[in-house]
Amino acid sequence: MEFVFFVEVLAGGLLAGVMYALVALGFVLIYKASGVFNFAQGAMVFFAALTFVSLTEAGWNFWLALVVTLAAMVLLGIATERVVLRPLVNQAPITLFMATIGLTFVLEGLSQMIWGSQPHGLELGVPDVPMEWLSQRWNVNISQFDLFAALVAGVLVAVLALFFQKTRIGRALRAVADDHQAALAVGIPLQHIWAIVWAVAGFVALVAGLMWGVRNGVQYALTFVALKALPVLILGGFESILGAIVGGLIIGATEKLAEVYLGPFVGGGIESWFAYVVALVFLLFRPEGLFGEKIIDRV
Amino acid sequence: MKRIPLVVTLGLVAAAGYSAGAWAQAKEQFVPVNSYWVGPYAAGGSGIAGAMIDYFKLLNARDGGINGVKVTWEKCETEYRNDRGVECYERSKKKGPTGATLIHPLSTGITYSLIDKGTADKIPIVSIGYGRTDAADGRVFPYVFPMITTYWSQNTAKIKFIGAREGGMDKLKGKKIVNLYHDSAYGKETIPVLDAQAKIYGFQVTHIAVPHPGNEQQAQWLQVRQIKPDWVILRGWGVMNPTALKAAAKVGFPRTKIMGVWWSGAEEDVIPAGDAAKGYIAAGFNAPGSNFPVLKEIQKYVYAKGQGELEDKSRIGTIYYNRGVLWGILTTEAVRTAQGRFGKGQPMTGEQVRWGLENLNIDEKRLKELGAVGFMQPLKLSCADHEGGGQVKFQQWDGRQWKVISDWVPSDQKLVRPMIEASAAQYAKEKGITPRDCSKEK
Repeated sequence: MEFVFFVEVLAGGLLAGVMYALVALGFVLIYKASGVFNFAQGAMVFFAALTFVSLTEAGWNFWLALVVTLAAMVLLGIATERVVLRPLVNQAPITLFMATIGLTFVLEGLSQMIWGSQPHGLELGVPDVPMEWLSQRWNVNISQFDLFAALVAGVLVAVLALFFQKTRIGRALRAVADDHQAALAVGIPLQHIWAIVWAVAGFVALVAGLMWGVRNGVQYALTFVALKALPVLILGGFESILGAIVGGLIIGATEKLAEVYLGPFVGGGIESWFAYVVALVFLLFRPEGLFGEKIIDRV
Repeated sequence: MKRIPLVVTLGLVAAAGYSAGAWAQAKEQFVPVNSYWVGPYAAGGSGIAGAMIDYFKLLNARDGGINGVKVTWEKCETEYRNDRGVECYERSKKKGPTGATLIHPLSTGITYSLIDKGTADKIPIVSIGYGRTDAADGRVFPYVFPMITTYWSQNTAKIKFIGAREGGMDKLKGKKIVNLYHDSAYGKETIPVLDAQAKIYGFQVTHIAVPHPGNEQQAQWLQVRQIKPDWVILRGWGVMNPTALKAAAKVGFPRTKIMGVWWSGAEEDVIPAGDAAKGYIAAGFNAPGSNFPVLKEIQKYVYAKGQGELEDKSRIGTIYYNRGVLWGILTTEAVRTAQGRFGKGQPMTGEQVRWGLENLNIDEKRLKELGAVGFMQPLKLSCADHEGGGQVKFQQWDGRQWKVISDWVPSDQKLVRPMIEASAAQYAKEKGITPRDCSKEK
């Protein structure tokens, strides 16, 4: 019985980790292409989900709303490149990071100004309830929706990996990530690449927003899911798509096990900071993360 | 005709203008509306503040204000943050001809930050349905009013309701209750009273914390599943509420056995959870629905003229909206009561309004006049008792709307009041406060 419960906690944690990884992927994409830690990723998740759900509630067809929201995210990506990033080319990374903090507040305010501040429900047709056969046979509760989210994350990672490895744009993105100046010198249009990567990050934000929106409802608190992605990034590495997934799984499983088995001894409610403890301990041994590139500075 | 020099004319006009302005200003009662229209809790902040303003607009349009004194207000965005709440307080406390009438901090954290300031400035800090519970002892907290029903009172009413559902209070013996709480000062507020009740009635209570903001609760609900409780008390706020209902569905816990507090019992808490919220029960200190005369009057005098505060009219009759109207009623009735003693048709100072609050007596007759019978409970405050009501109604979500499923359930004041007095006495000792002698108050 205890072992079954342990398995249930572990499985639940791994599946929760997949949800964290979905958000972390957006951070990784932008960091890979520009070396910028995009503080606004959580706000992008919120903006995407709120736009989609507001359109569907207004009577729009599901697929039309999805396409229009995607278009909005692409436009947002292009606008971000034009207005925020282009004037800051060759500036220090901290300057770009500060710009994304500003973008966060703009996006949060804009979302609520356009669509209002009321929370919304969201259903994608996959119920977030335990699978009966598993429940009855093994007394283990695994949600159908969690498995669906894992499948979506798997497909997303595969598509992104192919995009980065096999396409011309993908290779250009990697070149820009390695060295802005060198990429410019060989004729790679930096502005286009940045616009593309922000648009792709917008698409990832939409997927993450839909998954988290089903779980929590679509509301401002979606911006907080970015906090769940940070320890995942520290652990998995900021440049690695695979790292986002593996980091998500480790963080998800560890925090759930800690909450259930250690929490009761210290008053509970430890999972939110325990994930950071794990990530910080990990930093001591591997500062670049599991799959991150080793940083060698010549002095 | 003798010509009047230009300078004199201008002087007379200016003086007349000043005098008229001063007169007009003197006939205003200023109420700061410090709330949150953006951020994670905007749904609650915008609904409550908007409704309160709508009620002020109703009084101004229909009655010409409170005995001829127009109610004025100014909005200030606190973002539910303590520092912003204090900033809004400082900015608004001296506005209007008599300063701030009272302050609704709309946050337990901000309430705590303003207790000393409000007391020093003689401005009542009114926390309706939230705030510091032991401030109900008005002898120690003369300017703090956790009105209508405190968290501790609410909790005892909830246990009474659960007892009734189980077939009597004696049937609670041996039952298991999980208290799933937001890991914050607000969330922890009821732990002592629940522990005391567990001892009295013999049920087992387990407190499980959910870290802020509560958007991930898998581990907590697996613990609930392992404990197999008879009831779960949901003491959430914001995103924690729908997430809890979704997570309960995921582990197969019946929603009909989840009892939410009143900050977990609005439409905004259940709609995002979809079908997972069906059957969920929550406490309330105001009724849902738009069929009350006071709300119809707001529709007629405010919204029909295009002057409503909320863009979405469908929010009228929701829990948060009705709660805001209730706040408007209590605010203006306190001013009206104060005018009864200090001067009808005159704006009241914070100190005078404090007297109005301590002598507030809204009985069934007055509720009828206000068009609010069944909308809120009757209440009577005093120098010692800053709570006044202490009753709770219970409601159940049917998937579309809240249905009231109980009458007003009284709280267990025999348990709560001594706890309030003991806690307030401890506070007085720590702060060096000499409690007021209420027999000497007039």
